[in-house]
Amino acid sequence: MHRTGELYGQFETLEQQKESAQLGMWVFLVTEVLFFGGLFLTYAVNRHLYFTAFGIAGNMLDLRYGATNTVVLIASSFTMAMSVWAAQTSRKKLLPFCLILTLLLGGVFLGIKYVEYKQKFDHHLIPGHSFDLTYHVNHPQPGDDAKELAAEREEIDNAARHEDPSQPENGLIALNAHAQLYFSLYFGMTGLHALHMVVGAGLLIWVIRESLKGRFSAAYNTPIEIVGLYWHFVDVVWIYLFALLYLINRHAV
Amino acid sequence: MQSQLPLYPEEASNFAPHVDALMLYLTSLCAFFAVGITIAIVYFFFKYHRKSPNDIGTPIEGDSRLEATWIIIPLILALCTFSWGAVIYVDYRHTPPDTLDIYVIAKQWMWKAQQPNGLKEINELHVPVNRNIRLTLASEDVIHDFYVPAFRVKMDVVPGHYNTMWFRPTKPGRYHFFCSQYCGTNHAIMGGWVIVMEPTDYAAWLSGSSGGEANPVAAGEKLFSERACITCHLANGTGRAPSLNGVYGAQVLLADGTTVTADEAYIRESILQPNAKIVAGYQPLMPTFQGQLTEEQILALTAYIKSLQSQPVPAKGAGIAPTTGKK
Amino acid sequence: MSATLTSPDYKLPRDHYLNATYGIRSWLLTTDHKRIALLYLISVTFFFFIGGIFATLIRIHLLTPSGALVSPETYNKLFTMHGVAMIFFFLIPSIPAILGNFLIPIMIGAKDLAFPKINLLSWYIYVVGGCFVLYSFSTGGLDTGWTFYTPLSSVYSNSAVTPAVIGIFINGFSSILTGLNFIVTVHTMRAPGMTWFRLPLFVWAHYATSLVMILGTPVVAITLLLAGLERMFHLGFFNPAMGGDPILFQHLFWFYSHPAVYIMILPSMGVISEIIPTFARKPIFGYSFIAGSSIAIAVIGFLVWAHHMFVTGESTYAALTFSFLSYLVAIPSAVKVFNWTATLYKGSISWDAPMLYALGFIGLFTIGGLTGLFLACLGLDIHIHDTYFVIAHFHYIMVGGAVMGYVGGIHFWWPKITGKLYPEVLSRVAAVTLFVGFNLTFFPQFILGYLGMPRRYHSYPPEFQVLNVLSTAGASVLALGYLLPMIYLTWSMRYGRVAGPNPWPATGLEWKTDSPPPTENFHVTPQVDWEPYDYNNRPDLGLAAGRPLAPAHGDD
Repeated sequence: MHRTGELYGQFETLEQQKESAQLGMWVFLVTEVLFFGGLFLTYAVNRHLYFTAFGIAGNMLDLRYGATNTVVLIASSFTMAMSVWAAQTSRKKLLPFCLILTLLLGGVFLGIKYVEYKQKFDHHLIPGHSFDLTYHVNHPQPGDDAKELAAEREEIDNAARHEDPSQPENGLIALNAHAQLYFSLYFGMTGLHALHMVVGAGLLIWVIRESLKGRFSAAYNTPIEIVGLYWHFVDVVWIYLFALLYLINRHAV
Repeated sequence: MQSQLPLYPEEASNFAPHVDALMLYLTSLCAFFAVGITIAIVYFFFKYHRKSPNDIGTPIEGDSRLEATWIIIPLILALCTFSWGAVIYVDYRHTPPDTLDIYVIAKQWMWKAQQPNGLKEINELHVPVNRNIRLTLASEDVIHDFYVPAFRVKMDVVPGHYNTMWFRPTKPGRYHFFCSQYCGTNHAIMGGWVIVMEPTDYAAWLSGSSGGEANPVAAGEKLFSERACITCHLANGTGRAPSLNGVYGAQVLLADGTTVTADEAYIRESILQPNAKIVAGYQPLMPTFQGQLTEEQILALTAYIKSLQSQPVPAKGAGIAPTTGKK
Repeated sequence: MSATLTSPDYKLPRDHYLNATYGIRSWLLTTDHKRIALLYLISVTFFFFIGGIFATLIRIHLLTPSGALVSPETYNKLFTMHGVAMIFFFLIPSIPAILGNFLIPIMIGAKDLAFPKINLLSWYIYVVGGCFVLYSFSTGGLDTGWTFYTPLSSVYSNSAVTPAVIGIFINGFSSILTGLNFIVTVHTMRAPGMTWFRLPLFVWAHYATSLVMILGTPVVAITLLLAGLERMFHLGFFNPAMGGDPILFQHLFWFYSHPAVYIMILPSMGVISEIIPTFARKPIFGYSFIAGSSIAIAVIGFLVWAHHMFVTGESTYAALTFSFLSYLVAIPSAVKVFNWTATLYKGSISWDAPMLYALGFIGLFTIGGLTGLFLACLGLDIHIHDTYFVIAHFHYIMVGGAVMGYVGGIHFWWPKITGKLYPEVLSRVAAVTLFVGFNLTFFPQFILGYLGMPRRYHSYPPEFQVLNVLSTAGASVLALGYLLPMIYLTWSMRYGRVAGPNPWPATGLEWKTDSPPPTENFHVTPQVDWEPYDYNNRPDLGLAAGRPLAPAHGDD
């Protein structure tokens, strides 16, 4: 199909084109909800089954990283909303600025996520044969907060005793298996979310290039709007993940 | 035996006549609709065959009364069928009290059954006629399914869960049983025979084939002391853990104020995940036995705990909810 | 016999989508929905062949009680790969991705789907997913059953489960994107005058199907992904030995896979709703009830999944609820059957091949639907669950229903797709052969099931042999019934008579343009000012005007 200006050949008017693009993105987001929904359900069922282990494992996440990332993402949502506004009001200088800011904040999020994953890797919390819930407390690294580690150890010991009072070693084995389940879901869910962030960053790079060419204006800004929709959705998913993975039942064992 | 080409399997249990009656009803009902539609189509097909190439049909857009009729009547018939099926299903799921309990363990690709006296059989199941039989099903690997067509009974055997099923054989004889949940390479040959015997023959068979090992109650009692359960679960209720006398089948009061019926599933859970449900007035002290007992050993322990029903219930003790009293 | 407008003087239009451009690149990089439909036609037929070969081997194997042909391992792989190829790579894409893709834009008067590039992407995703599955088939095969129940699939199976799961995961996105494209297209691309209640019922059916595709597919995608991860990295989501719950897998799996049945049957119902009024030459009876029942099926269809799990030990209350809801979903299907039958009343019925397929569909779908009531019935399901009764039931729906509709639809729109007519007599012979062969193959399996023969058995007790032999005999007739159309349709592309724009004549917009249509579908954007399936106020069809018609096309 031929393209005339911004109008693709299958459409009659720009209006129709915009409506189609927006509806398409909304429908896509609906399927995304169902996609994450399967994971959320699996998480909920297992959390219910292994309450203690999931509590402990949840406490091993570093709230500082999670909270910072939440702030970073909300800020990026703000700059994204600014971009949409800038596009709709034909502010052709402000638009790329806001988009680049959004991209940078997305990059900061992924950077923090990398540091966090790296830390989990160092602490042997990657599911698999070397998974060890107690690795960190047994192998403290320089710079670790001794008090925090002691609290963590106590938490694990209590839970292991709780699981199996006469033979805490056995309790620990069970705890380890269930915590591994938690981390499988943690990496699955945050990994899938991070993948969405990477896709979002790719989309941003595309609209930044186009916006630098001055393509978007009050008359034509569909790509900005649908990238915005997508970005906000990914943001909302993170809010849920943050609450489910980091916050629920913090410090209750 | 039936004719060369039977339409239904033998009716050899209490459920079979009910299921067949429902089948007959539903088949007639559906045949009525299917034949009716077919006759209508064939009749219209010839009656209104295009006479000349330019003909068009009579424009009829629809008729709301007709639509209402063929929504409401099928709906009523469907709900009747649903109700009849539901009644039979509830009967399937409601085990009568006086059952003969047999344990069945499935693994790729064989069945092990254990009679109440401990006698074990492989790919065979001997039961007395006209007795309510209850099977408790456990799997050691993947999902299996215990299916006896002549009894019209079937139940999945799910690893990590206990499922139970019951039936009352009504006719002595040998009946096929199958695994009907696909379980891997030899799924098709994972079956055997249910042998329904007169009660006297059954008794003779039980005592005759004394090759079996210790009965599960005895095995369970042995485990109960070997695994040191006995050090806490004192019979008189003074131990660190509740007495188990009379606990089976009773309502147990839990620390969180709720009550739970002490059935096989509860006992299993209490052995494998002791802290899931804490009996009121006791500390969560018990270790888990997850991975340390085989399914057979858990069944033996369960059988032993059930046998304690006849023992006196201590005054203080099993955490049995006072309202229900002793069973 | 059959009255069509064909006369020998029709010529193919000078420019159409098939000769617009040439060369392999012009096909592989096309964004024309019609060409993409043909790409699907080729790839879907390929998978149909593969699945069909597996089916043939299965039926030959079951001739003798001990198994006539292959080892147990191989047999298990055969039925698994038959299921995977047929369900995920043939039935689900067949009508939507071929006929839906080709027709929906034309039927609503649009130049293309809303997102032509995404449409092409869907096909590539399908091909990539298909390659993974073929890789699995050819390196060790797959023996888990198409249901992939855990822990068998995630722990115990020794076959190539991982690539198959990845393939189906990838393929899911093809389905999602197709559904998304259809929904948006129907919402925003309708021609002037094409209101919602003037939409052809084929479009309504695809709208309902698309809802199921976008809501169900992501759930099965993530579920199979989790099962695959469990297998690859020894995780424990569904493995009871590691604390997981195999029943959770079944819930998630059937949440998609039961609605998936409606992905297969709804489009076929849409085809039937087009064929019947065309060959009865009158408006369809109860248009809004047929349209509404498609949506009702799609919605209620999401609430019945656990009726696949009545014998897993699920709670009695859950079983009662799901059985009740399953009875409710039967009603809209019944409404459709009654309305189609009523449409025949006082029609002007021709005996063209598409009509034979459509009437065959009604008969077979009625039996398939009614036997669904047996399985939804709690008291009966315990006995017939996981037996051949189930096999017979869903083949009546999927082969008797979905495939009859698919083949009938291919015949109906063949003149539009290729511009050529198929041979008339042969096509009727094929329709009857299919109908007879199908019943011979699958009816005996109802009895087998009630007698207690479990499904997925490579060997069986000798008392079941007579019915199995009967079924295999029927399968050979059925195979002939499929081969015939493949041969004569291919033949007709070159040697068939030129069809003209509207050979039947039918009332839809797709018949108002050339056969084959031009790349942009219409030379002028059409304006719709008639009601659907109306023959009385349509002088443009050439019937009311009393223009003499040529006799039956073809001299065969």
